[in-house]
Amino acid sequence: MAEGGVAAALANVDDRDNWRVHFADTMRGGQYVNDWRMAELHAKEAPDRVRELEAWGAVFDRTPDGRILQRNFGGHRYPRLAHVGDRTGLEMIRTLQDHGIHQGIQVHMEHTIVTLLKDGERVSGAFGYDRERGRFKLFRAKAVVLATGGIGRAYKITSNSWEYTADGQSLAYNAGAELMDMEFVQFHPTGMIWPPSVMGILVTEGVRGEGGILLNKNGERFMFSSIPENYRAQTADNPEEGWRYTQGDKNAKRPPELLTRDHVSRCIMNEVKAGRGSPHGGVFLDIAWIKEKLPNAAEHIKKKLPSMYHQFMQLANLDITKEPMEVGPTTHYIMGGVRVNSETQMASVPGLFAAGEVAAGLHGSNRLGGNSLSDLLVFGKRAGEFAAKFAKEHNAGVIDQTQIEEAAGEALAPFDRTPGANGSSEGPYQVQYDLQEMMQNLVGIVRYQREMEQALKELAKFQERCRKVVVHGHREYNSGWHTALDLQHLLTVSEAITRAAIERKESRGGHFRDDYPNKDAAEGKFNIVVHRAGDGSMQIRREPIPEMPEYLKQIIEEMK
Amino acid sequence: MSTATFRIWRGDSAGGQFVDYTTKVAEGMVVLDAVHAIQATQANDLACRWNCKAGRCGSCSAEINGRPRLMCMTRLDELPDESITVEPMKTFPLIRDLVTDVSWNYQAKKKIKKFKPRPPDAPDGTWRMAQADVDRVQEFRKCIECFLCQDVCHVLRDHNKLAEFVGPRLLVFAAALEMHPLDTEDRLPELKRSAGIGYCNITKCCTKVCPENIKITDNAIIPLKERVVDEFYDPLGWLWKLVRPKTGSGSELKVPSSGLSQSPKAAV
Ligand SMILES: Cc1cc2nc3c(=O)[nH]c(=O)nc-3n(C[C@H](O)[C@H](O)[C@H](O)COP(=O)(O)OP(=O)(O)OC[C@H]3O[C@@H](n4cnc5c(N)ncnc54)[C@H](O)[C@@H]3O)c2cc1C
Ligand code: SF4
Ligand code: SF4
Ligand code: FES
Repeated sequence: MAEGGVAAALANVDDRDNWRVHFADTMRGGQYVNDWRMAELHAKEAPDRVRELEAWGAVFDRTPDGRILQRNFGGHRYPRLAHVGDRTGLEMIRTLQDHGIHQGIQVHMEHTIVTLLKDGERVSGAFGYDRERGRFKLFRAKAVVLATGGIGRAYKITSNSWEYTADGQSLAYNAGAELMDMEFVQFHPTGMIWPPSVMGILVTEGVRGEGGILLNKNGERFMFSSIPENYRAQTADNPEEGWRYTQGDKNAKRPPELLTRDHVSRCIMNEVKAGRGSPHGGVFLDIAWIKEKLPNAAEHIKKKLPSMYHQFMQLANLDITKEPMEVGPTTHYIMGGVRVNSETQMASVPGLFAAGEVAAGLHGSNRLGGNSLSDLLVFGKRAGEFAAKFAKEHNAGVIDQTQIEEAAGEALAPFDRTPGANGSSEGPYQVQYDLQEMMQNLVGIVRYQREMEQALKELAKFQERCRKVVVHGHREYNSGWHTALDLQHLLTVSEAITRAAIERKESRGGHFRDDYPNKDAAEGKFNIVVHRAGDGSMQIRREPIPEMPEYLKQIIEEMK
Repeated sequence: MSTATFRIWRGDSAGGQFVDYTTKVAEGMVVLDAVHAIQATQANDLACRWNCKAGRCGSCSAEINGRPRLMCMTRLDELPDESITVEPMKTFPLIRDLVTDVSWNYQAKKKIKKFKPRPPDAPDGTWRMAQADVDRVQEFRKCIECFLCQDVCHVLRDHNKLAEFVGPRLLVFAAALEMHPLDTEDRLPELKRSAGIGYCNITKCCTKVCPENIKITDNAIIPLKERVVDEFYDPLGWLWKLVRPKTGSGSELKVPSSGLSQSPKAAV
């Protein structure tokens, strides 16, 4: 659950901040393949969305003069993340839930949509089942908003929960909508790596924001030796200045630990490869060292990072106020997703909208920390409003009974299958594990043409296995069944990621290719779009990025 | 790698029994890891609700060796070596295996009136609150809605007073609203009547099981009880209440006076 905070240029801590700086930071972080109009709307509207949460009862941490406190985060020039300790996501979820209870919203808890229904070109509803009882349910709808989150479960090591099985991206794709930027997957630099059962669980960037440093096994602060050219002007070149930055000194530049996530992840990989990693194959993240600087460091750490303290104490038997943590990269976020209209969030299928992680555009090739919570607030509101408008302006579409029967038949198929000729049958879990292992190895942090081509071949074999998966038992809360249905989504999206990654012949943001290790200006002029052809095959297309208007170009120039 | 035996409840509202499963265990494993391993290899259809595996979402609540706990935060090496028993929460209707129907909690929440802030403090529609004044509320807002406290409370569990008493979780929720420095609503009558705060006899069992270490009884329930008592049984207090303005706990903050007349609408 989101920990670090929500990014909004409220300028409560540093009055030099404003939407223009936030816009420029987001574009720089995304390496300029972002949808610039979304980046503009996002930077302008995020502050109002955060204030709205406060009006609905959210209780953010405070500045000394009683306003919403903001913290430093990677890639943000000024302290910009409104937060509640390290449990900001929980605060947002609870605020929205408690507010929603009194709005007359009907919530269908624990329901899973398996297909979107269409009437000609447009969406006319959604079809799914309730997990508790396993009964099918039809939702007639003039408009549908997807807000289904990410795809982390396509990989073995991930910070994401089990729900991140790419349902929304795949539902939209199957309904004929275009996906975009699927090659851009974010690997967060700091996931837990020990003990094995917690591998992947997130260690918030907030640890580095509060002064945490990265060390290799020789105790060297290796991030100082690889500061990229385009960030050099804003990055501290000595530890002392870095520390002052984390403590709010406005004249200090940020420490290199707070460079963008793609970069920090690769630096960690390099240390490990060079044999300078920690005992369990990561590096050390040390916050305990701040006791050299602060008299009451242990208390300070517990107050600022309570969940992290708790998480390591309970799961790893480690006191972060005394010892360094062991960390390594973990699959965290997908920048790509459903291609939407920048203003309305409508997909290429009329009546279908998407917001939050499932949508593409805002983050370009790399998302800045904190920009996801603000993304889903800003564009969630927009998607809702435009979906409501669409629904008012259109009649209900026709529900096609054969679509429903097909979907129901497909969903129940795993129960009806009989073991193969040799009597063997495979459950869904092994297929899922093997797929995650394959994606981690062949389409992970560092990519090669040959390996990705291999991945495509493997994916075809996984399709075969997926079609034969057998599920036992009843339909009530049957986790095996749910996993079997998720598999198809994971396969579709894994293929989209792989094909888009093969197509982009350069390295940019979250997409790093060992065979094309540099950024290529020509490749940066378009986005890669994925869609389903009439014959059911997956097609790739290069979509030129529209020219940025002068006033936005100027902002980027000024903030260089 | 050693092995351990887990006695897991299998069944639904019609009945069921414990089934023994033996699985490999490794360093650092939690109960949820073992349940997943069993699910993946021996019982694909074993029903178990979980989400974050990091103690944040509150969905993996169960009774482990008879004690209400989060499966994802209970390490095997802190449990005795003999067989480990895992069963669903008893206070809520069973759906299947380890999964219960906790929707009653969301229904009961509707009984408590929503947040009603005072008009914004500043012309730009924002408020000022001191950290010291929000610390207490932030403690309550740490709640992850695991409902372990509801599970253990004897008023709900043994006396089945789900219609009369909202339980410790929702008293924490009410306390968070009542002690919110911006809130202007009065929830004391409903706390006494529909929320049934009088049923709590301060056994503190709820506090003991809270994975977020919220001091449910001392910090939330007792202060609310005191307010209810003041309101309803103290005639002088009752008179005072009619004339006093409702305030937070009081650290002074400088506030631009022009903002005080703003309507709450200006903020949204
Ligand atoms: C550990 C962690 C920490 C993070 N910290 C931060 C942070 O500090 N700041 C920040 O900005 N971002 C952070 N992020 C990223 C951010 O939290 C997510 O990107 C964001 O929550 C996505 O929100 P969403 O509304 O798009 O989807 P979600 O919040 O993931 O919601 C998706 C919902 O859709 C449901 N769903 C999925 N499939 C279906 C289906 N088929 N049918 C019905 N329902 C379905 C799911 O059950 C889920 O409830 C973090 C992410 C993680 C994993
Ligand atoms: S203190 Fe009150 S609410 Fe908590 S368990 Fe005891 S009776 Fe229930
Ligand atoms: S108060 Fe504690 S025990 Fe009760 S629901 Fe909240 S987190 Fe769980
Ligand atoms: S799985 Fe989220 S609290 Fe246990």
